[in-house]
Amino acid sequence: MAETFTLNVNGQTHRVEADPDMPLLYALRDDLGMNNPRFGCGLAQCGACTVHMDGQPIRACITPLSSVGDAKIVTLAGLGTPDKPHPLQTAYIEEQVPQCGYCINGWIMTAASLLATKKKPSDDEIKSALSGIKCRCGTHVSILKAVKRAAAMMG
Amino acid sequence: MTKMDNPSKLSRRAMLMGTGALVISVGAPLSVDTLLSIDQARAQGAKPPLTPEQLSSYIAVKADGSIAAYFGKMDMGHGLHVAIAQMIAEELDVPFKAVTVYMGDTATSVNQGGASGSTGIQFGGKQMRAASAEARRVLVDMAAAKLSLPADQLAVSDGVVHAKADATKKVSYAELIGGRYFNVQLEWNKQMGNALYAPGKAQPKKYTEHKIVGQPIKREDVAPKVFAQEDYVVDIKVPGMVHGRMIRPPVAGAVPVRVDESSIKGIAGAKVVWQNGFLGVVADKEWGAIQAMQALKVEWSKVDPPFPNQAALYDHIRKAPVRKRAVEGKQTGNVDEAFKTAAKVIEAEYEWPFQSHAPMGPACAVVEIKGDKVNCWSGTQKSHFVQIGLAAQLGVPLDNVHVRWIHGPGSYGRNDADDCAADCAVLAKAVGKPVRLQYMRDQGTGWDPKGPASVHIARAGLDAQGNVIAYDFLSKAFSRVDVNTNGSKLLDTLAGHTLGVPLKSGDGFGVPAESYAFDNKRTAWETIPPLLERSSPLRTSHLRDPVGPQIHFASESFMDEVAAATNQDPIAFRLKHLKDPRDIALIKAAAQKFNWDTRPSPRKDQRGDKVSGRGLAYAQRAGTRVAVIAEVEVDRSSGKIYAKRFTVAHDCGQIINPDGLEKCIEGNIVQGVSRTLWEEVKFDSKNVTSVDWETYPILDITETPEKIDFVLINHPELPPTGAGEPSTRPVAAAIANAIFDATGVRIRRVPFSPEHVKQALS
Repeated sequence: MAETFTLNVNGQTHRVEADPDMPLLYALRDDLGMNNPRFGCGLAQCGACTVHMDGQPIRACITPLSSVGDAKIVTLAGLGTPDKPHPLQTAYIEEQVPQCGYCINGWIMTAASLLATKKKPSDDEIKSALSGIKCRCGTHVSILKAVKRAAAMMG
Repeated sequence: MTKMDNPSKLSRRAMLMGTGALVISVGAPLSVDTLLSIDQARAQGAKPPLTPEQLSSYIAVKADGSIAAYFGKMDMGHGLHVAIAQMIAEELDVPFKAVTVYMGDTATSVNQGGASGSTGIQFGGKQMRAASAEARRVLVDMAAAKLSLPADQLAVSDGVVHAKADATKKVSYAELIGGRYFNVQLEWNKQMGNALYAPGKAQPKKYTEHKIVGQPIKREDVAPKVFAQEDYVVDIKVPGMVHGRMIRPPVAGAVPVRVDESSIKGIAGAKVVWQNGFLGVVADKEWGAIQAMQALKVEWSKVDPPFPNQAALYDHIRKAPVRKRAVEGKQTGNVDEAFKTAAKVIEAEYEWPFQSHAPMGPACAVVEIKGDKVNCWSGTQKSHFVQIGLAAQLGVPLDNVHVRWIHGPGSYGRNDADDCAADCAVLAKAVGKPVRLQYMRDQGTGWDPKGPASVHIARAGLDAQGNVIAYDFLSKAFSRVDVNTNGSKLLDTLAGHTLGVPLKSGDGFGVPAESYAFDNKRTAWETIPPLLERSSPLRTSHLRDPVGPQIHFASESFMDEVAAATNQDPIAFRLKHLKDPRDIALIKAAAQKFNWDTRPSPRKDQRGDKVSGRGLAYAQRAGTRVAVIAEVEVDRSSGKIYAKRFTVAHDCGQIINPDGLEKCIEGNIVQGVSRTLWEEVKFDSKNVTSVDWETYPILDITETPEKIDFVLINHPELPPTGAGEPSTRPVAAAIANAIFDATGVRIRRVPFSPEHVKQALS
């Protein structure tokens, strides 16, 4: 049965009426009309649906609405804007990372969480934090360059 | 506005007011306050018809003097639109930023073949360059009349035509024609698709005059992606739209015999669409459609499991009847006679598995049917062909179908996008509402058209001195066009298969593309029938560089085998036999950049579990040539391969944008590593069992090559050829040759997963 949930997304409060088992992804996309994150696998295997829940990267495709509570959700659109970009967004533009770009929620949101807690991570620490996220176009070399560039920008 | 906006995406007001895009006809001027969209202008006969022989079908000058370019191809992530805009700006003498390229919209562009065969610049750019040169010629003629000066005394700077002698005598493109269409005939070659060419009277500039072509200009469409401001096809919403999901059988070839619609009655808007073997559901919300798909009770027909044991796949290919054989490429001498005189024969066989496109997300399409008018939004590589397919499928005139290409979740050939558009149209027609259909992950990986599995047999005859006197290369494989590479015919889509339309499986493969000159040489291919004719999850079609990776894995591994058998350095051996000067220069450039140490393979100076090696492979592709050198580390105890470093020499004639080219090659190399080390579609007797990222693993970020070095060989005096795919072609062989150099063991079957490598090394 549908229940009413109050979601805090990118600093704004929204009410959603939905099945408690429905993954957060569909609330964000279908009910709130947000174009990020995206459906990639529905299995938490690829990262295309990644958002922050209280600062931690989670896979919205397997996160039931009932488990969100009053946690603060931040999507890629809430991470930064053209006027106030997150360093990773700036670095992605500088390094011209994406090809199709469908995967970027996973990489940027996960890397943002890493860089928030770890200053100047080593190459291995970056790779380890991002392991498991998928990019099918093969932009991995540029992704690593961009994360390192962002880490340098963040001092 | 980015370089790749789709006009139909913009609101009419934004289009007319915000960007000054009012475009009216030269021949039938409309009053300035009559604001018309392009569609309206055409409907009123105010625009010349959207046909290949009209200049207005490619280029228009907006009211503000900026340039609209209507391109019948589209970008699959390589930044093609940037290069196209550079070519157009160059010819028109306007700033790069003045050009907007509108891609893949059937309402504004003619059929230039879509994203196909790495021809975006080679053919698509060639046409846009010719059209732009003609547009400049016409504009200069108009200026000559206006300024009362001969055309040859005029020059153009930043879209302003002025007297060479007196820059104050000037008139801008905007003043000459801004907001009105050209009405100029081109010399069309009467071809559609990739072969379309329609130049005007003007000659494009000489390369020595180029200022914008050749510059490393960045993509403007990266920012909208990273700020989540760009719509992908999955984000398209249409009023009244419902969500669809497809239901595929547990055993390939089975069809529904009983469907219990009451099993989904609690779900808002849930409806079943069942036509012959076609089974889908719709619901008001996306989650509802997924729940309905999962809950629907279906009884399937009993069919015999259609597939062989996977371990027997290559035996199946070897024994299967040949449906078509073709001898292609440059043949010399008498191969069979020459082998009879050989002192020694070297022979090897290579095997390549089925591979999936496995894009980041499964395909999505939106179809809206309003009376006899159809709108479709699709991530297809070939929107004009989908337009043809949907018109036939829905029984409406071609012009009533408007297909808009919108970025999809990655595309590397004939993936599931065209199937999705056709499936979505069936659903939309059945329920009488606009439908958004996205496949599920298991359907995207499990049911997309696959890259064909193959066996390759190579033989070389040597004389007593070790010279190659005969070379014979044969591929035996599933067809690259079991289903065709575009959605123009329902029979080539999964919808056509499930609906039961008569099928026609095509035959095609290919031969090595290289310039080795052997006195007696034969290269051939043979295709075999599909494992299952109808609705097969192992039906085959084009996957990036269709059949190139397979063929050159075999042919370039074999060249190394011959070099090793005759104790020659692999590059020295190649240079001895290659005839094309650009191929020779390319390989020498790669070797120099890599600091290649001339010696035969394998290395003999390594002990222990961790060993390393280097290998080269090279190939041509439709005028482009690529040499790839791989440096790999092999862990003998685990079988794990690390493709650590690459050097790529790339010659695609004139380089339009070197930065874009590097990015394009980088993706091809990394995707090529993924396909070589990991990718294999698994199946059992009933169905494909590679259905997600666990069962169809690809390269992980922890395995990313440490470094890729580029040698971009520029031939500005030559026409540009393709770069979208060629560099993926030699990757597998370069890695295989490096593994041999490291270990002395030749691996002849892809993928080089730890399990396979360990087995080969033991």
